[in-house]
Order: sequence, then structure tokens, then C-alpha cells
Amino acid sequence: MKVSITVNGTRQEKDVEPRTLLVHFLRDRLQLTGTNIGCDTSSCGACTIHLDGEAVKSCTMLAAQADGGKVTTIEGLSKDGVMHPMQQAFMENHGLQCGYCTPGMVMASIGLLKENPNPTEEEVRLGLEGNLCRCTGYHNIVKSVLAAAKK
Amino acid sequence: MTMTENRQNTVIGTRQLRREDPALLTGEAKFTNDLNLPGALHLSILRSPHAHAKIVSIDTAAAKASPGVIAVYTGAELQSQWAGPMPCAWPVTPDMKNPPHFPLAASKVCYVGDGVVAVLATSESASRDALDLIDVEYKVLKAVVDVEEALSDANIIHEDLGTNKSYTWNLKIEATEGCVENAFQKAAFKVSERYVQQRLLPMAMEPRAVAAVPQPFGGDITLYSSTQIPHILKVMAALTLGIPEHQVRVVAPSVGGGFGSKLDVYAEELLCMALARMHNLPVRWVEERSENSMATIHGRGQVQYVELAADKSGKLTAVRVRIKADMGAYLQLVTPGVPILGAFLYAGVYDIPLAYDFSCDGIFTTLTPTDAYRGAGRPEATYAIECAMDALARQMKIDPLELRKRNFIQKEQFPYTAFSGLTYDSGDHLQAAEKAAGLADYVGIRTKQAKQNVAGAKKRLGIGMTSYFEMCGLAPSRVLASLDYGAGGWEAATVRILPTCKVQVVTGTSPHGQGHETSWAMIASEKLGIPQEDIDVLHSDTAISPLGLDTYGSRSLAVGGVAVAGACDKVIDKARLIAAHQLECSADDLEFAGGVFSVKGSPDRAVPMAAIAFAAFTAHNLPDGLEPNLEAQYSYDPPNFSWPFGTHMCVLEVDTETGKIEILKYVAVDDCGVQINPLIVDGQVHGGVIQGLAQALFEEAVYDSDGNLKTTTLAEYLVPAASDVPSITTAHTVTPSPTNQLGVKGIGEAGTIGAASTVINAIIDALSGLGVTEMPMPASPQTVWRAIQSAAQAK
Repeated sequence: MKVSITVNGTRQEKDVEPRTLLVHFLRDRLQLTGTNIGCDTSSCGACTIHLDGEAVKSCTMLAAQADGGKVTTIEGLSKDGVMHPMQQAFMENHGLQCGYCTPGMVMASIGLLKENPNPTEEEVRLGLEGNLCRCTGYHNIVKSVLAAAKK
Repeated sequence: MTMTENRQNTVIGTRQLRREDPALLTGEAKFTNDLNLPGALHLSILRSPHAHAKIVSIDTAAAKASPGVIAVYTGAELQSQWAGPMPCAWPVTPDMKNPPHFPLAASKVCYVGDGVVAVLATSESASRDALDLIDVEYKVLKAVVDVEEALSDANIIHEDLGTNKSYTWNLKIEATEGCVENAFQKAAFKVSERYVQQRLLPMAMEPRAVAAVPQPFGGDITLYSSTQIPHILKVMAALTLGIPEHQVRVVAPSVGGGFGSKLDVYAEELLCMALARMHNLPVRWVEERSENSMATIHGRGQVQYVELAADKSGKLTAVRVRIKADMGAYLQLVTPGVPILGAFLYAGVYDIPLAYDFSCDGIFTTLTPTDAYRGAGRPEATYAIECAMDALARQMKIDPLELRKRNFIQKEQFPYTAFSGLTYDSGDHLQAAEKAAGLADYVGIRTKQAKQNVAGAKKRLGIGMTSYFEMCGLAPSRVLASLDYGAGGWEAATVRILPTCKVQVVTGTSPHGQGHETSWAMIASEKLGIPQEDIDVLHSDTAISPLGLDTYGSRSLAVGGVAVAGACDKVIDKARLIAAHQLECSADDLEFAGGVFSVKGSPDRAVPMAAIAFAAFTAHNLPDGLEPNLEAQYSYDPPNFSWPFGTHMCVLEVDTETGKIEILKYVAVDDCGVQINPLIVDGQVHGGVIQGLAQALFEEAVYDSDGNLKTTTLAEYLVPAASDVPSITTAHTVTPSPTNQLGVKGIGEAGTIGAASTVINAIIDALSGLGVTEMPMPASPQTVWRAIQSAAQAK
């Protein structure tokens, strides 16, 4: 089947198998490998992207369901070579170690601040409970998001 | 003069942001499964659904006919590809039993997840689809799940061995024969505890991925793998496959966490290489999460019997330990050595006489093999001694902090030769404990606790602690030899100053989140007086960095970082000869600071490194006999382990009606000697603490009695989320290591080593007034509630 999805500002029209997940469409068809896959139960959030401005796990939906939509991936966040304030906040606060959960964590964090621009620490922790990290113990991720909120 | 005494540029010790981050934050970084390999075939593996079964027959005809399938192989059909079985590099005793272990099982499966059939297809989905078409007939045998029952040999897993016991390893140190038993007979106080270190799933966020790319002519092959150990893997893969070592290149691209689980030589790596050579095409494999839970090694899996003897003041007089260690179905790379890494630490940070009796049985079960998981043997040992110390304090009715103070090795005793003959390099346990007690408000909490924990209180307050040693920085090669480990413990580095005074640092360590690129550039900058931004750090590719022993056991800085410093020294020594030649003076008359050589007493007679680098490159005017170029390779074999230490404290409340735990404060005071980059040090502690805390509260690989893993996904296996865990108060004391020029010690495992017993001790502390004296891990609300109920019934 044919899908038309605007990804990072560019319209992409592709033939896909109906069972193609959005994450596989992004990674395998568009070579946007910044979106990672960490599980097969929609538990880890490594594949979080934005669809029409909302953070979603791209393993939970088919590419066909995004037909006609606007997708932003981690590759689409920086503008003119300058990282998004959330990316900068993660760097400045050592909010990443191995970096595998990071793209999903950054996308989820941007989504969180969109809904709640001035969260408390507890609200950040609750807001990110769908994204798992094994390296940082979350301490500096939470710090990063709180710092980005202040920017 | 060490660098700690003479900081010229003071890059070291500053909180530098990581140079690794932009690529990881923007999606530019490539993990193994991100590599674009046109024409690659995809490997999928049919795995055993049974814990223990004979393979009666395998029918692959339908799978072979499936669309996109190129080939299907059984274990028997691939047997001729292996020059030898998969490696175990640590035969801990001369008579250790090690069953042959091949990438696919040929006649018998020994755990759920054991590989049985390999399918190669043109796409990942085609290879996975074909797995459903394979028909394997099994004769199911009885699973062996419990490590202590396994020892009865009622059901022998590897018939040829005649037993389920792989080895017994003893460490008995007595001043006079029988003194351990004597100490227990004379002891004023004794504790005898049994602890279970549950199996854990490492759950690195990146599942493993492999790609093998053969060269069309000449027989060379490149293996890309999500591994911590490209160098060790290269040697082992060459030996196992019978490929000359110089024809194998191993690359670890960006690696998404390891925690020990990628410190191994795995079946899938060998299968991809063998199949790539057979088909002359790239072959790739990526692990699904549920596959990861069964096919990647597990951590922990020990039953511990710990006895302490103490005199009337609480001073320890003897330690006796018996371990039943679950090896799983086979011995992986260092499986049998994991409990041995803990064997020296069951006296913790305490000054004990020569009265130590340790023995460990390594035992096979029909479960996924265990191997190193963050801390590897040392969290288990620390848990046992620290929980047993609390048990002793309860028995003596004294404060657990006071009991520890009575037993600490004192600052003045360092370097301290322990009962085991090992030398603890430096330490100040009292200072770390007092600092932690201050930050946790130990005295205030005790006061509050006395008021709060009255009969009938719904929420009870507890505070727990752990004082630990992290024996790490693996390791002096001669010590490893005495432990029968199959390799050395050195690390290599090359420092190369290019013609324009830019620097390449080549390291044998293989980072996967630890920030070596940033830290090694800091070390080289400090040593060479060259700005960090002019220094590149190369690693994790055996063609670029041919010598190395990789990253595990908190060794990278304490061994690999010191190797970088040593290579810088060699480059500076060579540059000094060129500088002396140019300045027409003796090399001894030169001093080097801030990247400039100058004549002592005549600072205007000077030459910068940039001029020397270019002179070394042109070689127009070098001293007679001196080789062109500024490059040095240095291999550093540490004279000792490094001994980081510290004290952790946890304050929490237990809801006695629901069993729910709320952590109010977690304090980690860690001493890893001189810190290169405190930002990274704190990050390592945070992550480590949460992994240890997760063992205490959340995580367990649960098996049923048939050997089926019940926690195969992240929906069932509780890796904590941000909302499940607290922020952490980190603090440090700084006691430089006297054994290396940087004064550094490791930090990667410290948090995990300190955390589990800290949390469990705090829970028991909260509930001891109700009669609760033990708390199995993970201390889920159900487990805590049950412990409260059974204590009430026992009263």
C-alpha cells in the first residue's frame, strides 16, 4: 500500500507492506536510524517520535496509521546545526551515557514540557515513566528536563 | 612527582561536558543495527522452548521453501564449522568440569532459549517468518531449576560429566590450623545467615546486534558487534572458527550499554561469521527483547551462607562463607570466575585476623548461563557481609554504625595487607561513613525513628547503610595468573602527535556509555599541554586499535587511562630529545610545562610542542639515530587492583499495611581517588545505585518449575522507570591511589556494589521492631507485607 508521510519537513511517498510499523518505516525505508528499538512490548520508549506534534511510540503504530501525518524524529530537531534546547539541556546536565534511550527520551521530554511547561521533579518522573534508561538512574535526565523547562 | 601533586593545566578534575553527546543526541551515532549493509542476509534463530530435552528430529523442509529463505542449518549441519567449542576463559580449578558448548545445540537442549536452528533469509521478516515452519521433535527431560537441588545430582544435565557440579573453589586462610572453627566456638556473638542473590537480567537498552562482512577475496572478515570486548572477541572468534587471527577485524560501533552482558563471546557472533564465510555475503542478526532475556547472559544467581564470629566488643574474629553459585546450563566467557571475584570481599572493609574460610560450588542448572553483571561477585559479597553486620548489630543490640566503626580498617593501616595477601592501596572508611552519616542526618533519623516507630505505627522509618570496597581495575596480570584466568590485565595506549600538533590517542578500552573519549582527551591534554579540542580518541576497532583488553570490571580508567598517561610520558620523553637538540642543551636541563620545553632558569630559551611535532615529521634536523615522528605505544600492567570505597545510606519509610516502600533519601559517598571528570563520576554512581536499588526492590528473573522464564519482556521484568526511583545525593572523599601516576581508582561498579544491601538494611531497620529479621530480594510490597505478617504470627 502507498503512504504519504511528511517526515522532518519532507514529504515521503512510499509503498509499504501493510504490517510495516512506523518505526521500521523510519529506520529501514528512510534510513532515519536515530529512532531506536529497545523492546517488543511498547515498554521502553526508545522509539518515541512526534506525530502531529505529539510524542508517540513509533513501535505501537503502523506506518499506514501515520498516513497524511507529520512526523518529527530526533534527526529533525536541530535547526541550522544548533541543537534543540532539550538536546542542549541533556548535554549540559549529563543526561545521557550510552545514548540508546536518548533520542526517545528527548522526544518524550519535549512532549512532556509541551503539556506541562513548568513541571515539578515528581511530574517529570511521572511524565517519563514510559521511557526506560539503564545507565543514568534518571537523576540527570530529570535534571535535564527541569533545566530545559527553565530555558 | 605525580600529576596529583603537580597540576600544570588543571584540566583534570573539571566537569567537562562530553564530546560523545552531540552524535548521540542527534541520531548521528550508529549502533550495529543501524549499519547499512547492502545485500546482507538476515539470521534468525529457532530457540528451544524446553529447559531440558533431547532433540529427536528436525524437519526444515517447509522453512527452506519459505519466500526469501536462502538456507536453513541445524546444529549438526554446522558442526564442521567450529574449530573448537565456545570459550570459557576462566577455568577456576584444574578439575573444573566444562561441557562442550557450541553455537547451536546438536543433540540436546539445556535451557529455554538454547539455539537449535539457524535460518538465513533476504530480510529480517522473512527469516523470522520461516522459524514458525520448522518442526522439531523433542524428548522432554526434567528441568533442573534450583541450584541447591541440582547439587543432589538426581537429574544430571551433562551426562558425560557425571555430575551437576562444575567446581569447588576454596580460600581458607588460617593463622593456625583450626583457628576458624576455634573462633566460632569461642565467639561471644555469632551470626549465621542465608541470603539469595536472585537472578537478574542485565537489560542493556540496546539489545545485542551482530553483522559479519566477509571480503570477497583473501579470506578476511570484519565482525561488527554490540560488544564490550572487541579485542578479546577477535582472538576468541579466530580460535573458535579456525580463522587466522590477522584476518579477523572486530568493530564495536556505538554500543547501547553493556553492564557485563556484552562481555562475552556469543553464539550469534560466531554464527554470523561462519555463515558469512559460507555464503560469501554479509550476515546480520538483531536480538528481540524477549530473545535477549533468554539468550543473553543473566547476572547473580547465588545462594550464600555467611557466618560471622565476634568477640564481646563486636570485633570480628572469623568469617565463614559457603556459596552455591548457579552457572546456568553452560560456562560462558567468565561464568565460573564471577563468584571468585567476590571471594576476597566477604570480610568487607573490616580488619579481621587470619581466620577466613570461603568455599564456592559452581553448579549447572537448566537455565540461561550466568556471567558478569555490573559488579560481578562483588555486589553479592558486599551484600552478604553488610547485611550480616546488621544482623550482628541487632544481636548485640548496638547501633550498626557503631559496630562498623569498631571494625573498620583504620586510615593509618593503609596500605593494608589483608588476610588474603592482597594489599588494599588506600582508604579512609571512617571519614566516608561520617560524611554519609552527616548527609543522611543519621543522628536525627535515629531520634525521629524512636518517636515514629511505635506500636501500631502505619509508616515505619528505617535507615540502612553499607560500607564497601570495590576491588576493581582488573587487573595485575600476575594476580590473574594465580587465579587461573586465561588472559592478562594490562591495557594499551598509543599517543600520536600529528605534523600540525593535533593528537590521536588510541586506546584499547571499549567504551559504551562511560565517556572515555572525553576523559582520555582530558588526561592527554593535561599531560601534553595541548588543548582538548586538538585531541581525538580512537577506539573499539581492532584495525585502528590492535592492542587492548577492553572495558569491564571498572578497569578502563585505572588501567586504560593510566596507559594513556604513560604513552604521553613516552612521547614527551622523545620530544624532549628533539627540543634539546634544537636548543643545543642537555635534555636534563629542560623542563616541560604548558606544552612548551624551556631551559631551566632561562625561560626565553624555549620551544613549543608544535615546533617539535613538525620537526619530527619533516625529520630534516633530528638528533642522530632518532626515529622520525612523535608516536609512542605503551602497555600498562597495574601493580595492584584499585580499591575504591565508600559508604551509602538510605532513609526510607515502610507502609506496614501495604508493604510499600518510599525512599526518602539516598546518600552515596564514594571515594574513587582522584577524579578526572566529576560529571562522569557522578553519572556512574547514579546509574550504579539505581541498578543496585533495582535488585533490592524490583528485579528478578522468575522461572517456573519447568524452567520457563516468566519475565521475558520489559512489561514483566521490572526495570525501574523514573517514577519508581529517587534522586540521589552524591558526595565524595578523595584518597588518591598510590599505585598509579594519576592517583585514580575505578567507579563504574561502586554504586551497584553499595546499593542493594543499603536498601535492604534500611527496610529491616524499619521493621525490626516488629520482629522482621530477614528480607528476600526483590522486596516487593507483597514480600514486605508477608514478612511483616509472618513476624507477627511468630510473636
